[in-house]
Amino acid sequence: MNNVTNIVIAGLGGQGVLKASDILADAAFRAGFDVKKSELHGMSQRGGSVSSDVRFGEQVWSPMVPAGEADVLVVLEETQVEINRGVLRPGGALIGPDLIGPNVLKTRKSLNVALLGALSALLEIPQEHWDAAIHANLETKLHTLNEQAFALGRAAAAQRVTPA
Amino acid sequence: MSESPQLLSGDEAIALAALHAGVRLGTGYPGTPSTEILETFDRLGGRAQWSPNEKVALEVGLGAAFGGARTLVTMKHVGLNVAADPLFTATYTDLAGGLVLVSADDPGMASSQNEQDNRHYARAAAVPMLEPIDSQQAYDLTLLAFEISERWQIPVILRITTRVCHSKTIVRPGATPHLAPEPDFARNIPSRVMIPAYAKPAHRRLREKIAAIAAWNDAQGPHQIFDGGSALGIIATGIAAVHAREAAPQARLLTIGMTHPLPLETIRRFAAGCDRLVVLEEGDPVLVEALGAAGIPAEGKPESFRFGELSVQRVRRILAHDQTPEPVPPKGKPPELCQGCSHRGVFEVLRDMNCIVAGDIGCYTLGVLPPFQAMDTCVCMGASIGVGLGLRHVLPEEQARRVVSVIGDSTFVHSGITGLAEMVYNPPKTGHVVMILDNGTTAMTGQQEHPGTGRTLHHDPTGKICFEDLARAMGVQNVHVVHFQSEEGTLERLLKDLLTRSETSLVVARQPCVLAAPKIRFYEKAAADRLQAACPSQLADD
Ligand SMILES: Cc1ncc(C[n+]2csc(CCOP(=O)(O)OP(=O)(O)O)c2C)c(N)n1
Ligand code: SF4
Repeated sequence: MNNVTNIVIAGLGGQGVLKASDILADAAFRAGFDVKKSELHGMSQRGGSVSSDVRFGEQVWSPMVPAGEADVLVVLEETQVEINRGVLRPGGALIGPDLIGPNVLKTRKSLNVALLGALSALLEIPQEHWDAAIHANLETKLHTLNEQAFALGRAAAAQRVTPA
Repeated sequence: MSESPQLLSGDEAIALAALHAGVRLGTGYPGTPSTEILETFDRLGGRAQWSPNEKVALEVGLGAAFGGARTLVTMKHVGLNVAADPLFTATYTDLAGGLVLVSADDPGMASSQNEQDNRHYARAAAVPMLEPIDSQQAYDLTLLAFEISERWQIPVILRITTRVCHSKTIVRPGATPHLAPEPDFARNIPSRVMIPAYAKPAHRRLREKIAAIAAWNDAQGPHQIFDGGSALGIIATGIAAVHAREAAPQARLLTIGMTHPLPLETIRRFAAGCDRLVVLEEGDPVLVEALGAAGIPAEGKPESFRFGELSVQRVRRILAHDQTPEPVPPKGKPPELCQGCSHRGVFEVLRDMNCIVAGDIGCYTLGVLPPFQAMDTCVCMGASIGVGLGLRHVLPEEQARRVVSVIGDSTFVHSGITGLAEMVYNPPKTGHVVMILDNGTTAMTGQQEHPGTGRTLHHDPTGKICFEDLARAMGVQNVHVVHFQSEEGTLERLLKDLLTRSETSLVVARQPCVLAAPKIRFYEKAAADRLQAACPSQLADD
């Protein structure tokens, strides 16, 4: 199992956690990996904690990332960092919302994709697959905005990724 | 057909398989985690409809299957309680077209009021049951379910769980599209009219079918053996199988695709080759007890693992006999009613008036949490009305006069109408007040249409039930509608008045769900545009 990469994305309902994990899973799928993605969702209301697991590699069995085995934890909302920290393996990386300064993005709604950009700096998924995944999972009118957010996130990560 | 691989959720995989299987009609009632099956089937071009509730959905499906069509019926686990009555006798009949009933169970209660294990229904109603472990199997076993259903002319349950429904895994769709014959009625009275004279032989036929299916399951059922050492053998079903494979890659593993009737001889042979045999199943100890009864001793899981989902960590614990307390995951932020949600104002009033609230299920159940804490009971869909009436019947008058039943619009159509009949027929001495929180959608499960919205699953205009007219026709004494434009304090004044009367009352509080409102406007405009395009003169006359 040690060739499986485990990512957990967390935040609050309405922030685009599930959209981000859809894009990540799709990019990994396009890159030729076995992929499993899992989350609990259902309730419409906004505001509650949400998290999603994405695992990819040569062969993935369980769709859920076991606690303490995540390679990277991506968190979209500061208050959700501590309650999710336990998923990280020792030495795993945390990508938090503070990576992207308050006025850097045209809209904070694209924070999810910006943090995927940051995540992409740590993964071996070629850029073309990220682009295709963003296009496949978002409405056409949102493509440019999110491509920019992705690039911004990737650049920010090149400068700093908080060690867990 | 060689379609390229896709990354699909279990729900999407079932919808795709239904399309490839030639399903002519999909029916169901929304419920997490099953909702996306019919929505996807519709999106892929299949014909799908929401029924008012699961019982009706199954009955419509049964009729379609009697008519020779392949039919898919979907619901969440508790929906099968509602549909249990037709199910238990549908199994006695002989179907013409295949009928697959999807029951989506929710161990761990991610979004449900209980974690009942619907495998009990397979045994209780004598229905074959298939249980996929991932999206590929969800696809494959849906196709297989239709074949079994048609071969033995019996409904088949596809039992899935939240993790299978909502996890995405890779699917290689391989089916050659099924060319179903055109539906054509063939009369077969003794096999479809369940009066005792016909039901008695039908029951015997059912048991013969189950015995034949058990033999087939042993000979060529969808079980799989992963080789491993003989020291540890694991028998697993559903999502537990993939957890097991990850937690104990060295073990021999038997995954069982058809869990009712069981492939007992296959299991017996597998068991004989293992020094230690462990059964891994989520929920109740159904499989391990069935093996015990068949004289195949196996270890189950300790009682504490009956609760909640399994996971790789939990499977490791079961295998290691680790009985130390499990770590409690930190509590996340609970969901709350959206800002601007119409339910908020209602629960503020109920709280401030110190009402005793018989509640129901939907977004508005969040009225139980702070800052409202204005709900006193919630059991199952529709229960608010009956429970409210029961409270009214027995409580001292001062308390009885504070009892209000609160129910959502979708829930009212699902199972509140019979409650209203009860109120008219057996009114409490103090009367009663029922409130329908009509936000124009089934919000909780992701904004599905229902008979009160006047739009189909596909959002096209159709017949619409008017709650006020219905209540008046049923004989409810006071019927009022409170609109969101009403002036401040209107609802409070109205409730105060109604609570003092010893009469039966219905209040419809009408304001669209804020998340659904833009879409509702869009559907309404699209319908109006289409109407005008089709018939401009008629509109001009209005
Ligand atoms: C028998 C059964 N079927 C389905 C469900 C899932 N479910 C819970 S509440 C609900 C309907 C909610 O809609 P509504 O009553 O209109 O309230 P809203 O969420 O819009 O406030 C559904 C479908 C259930 N709990 N039980
Ligand atoms: S989804 Fe709609 S009904 Fe549910 S809490 Fe939000 S606004 Fe209210």
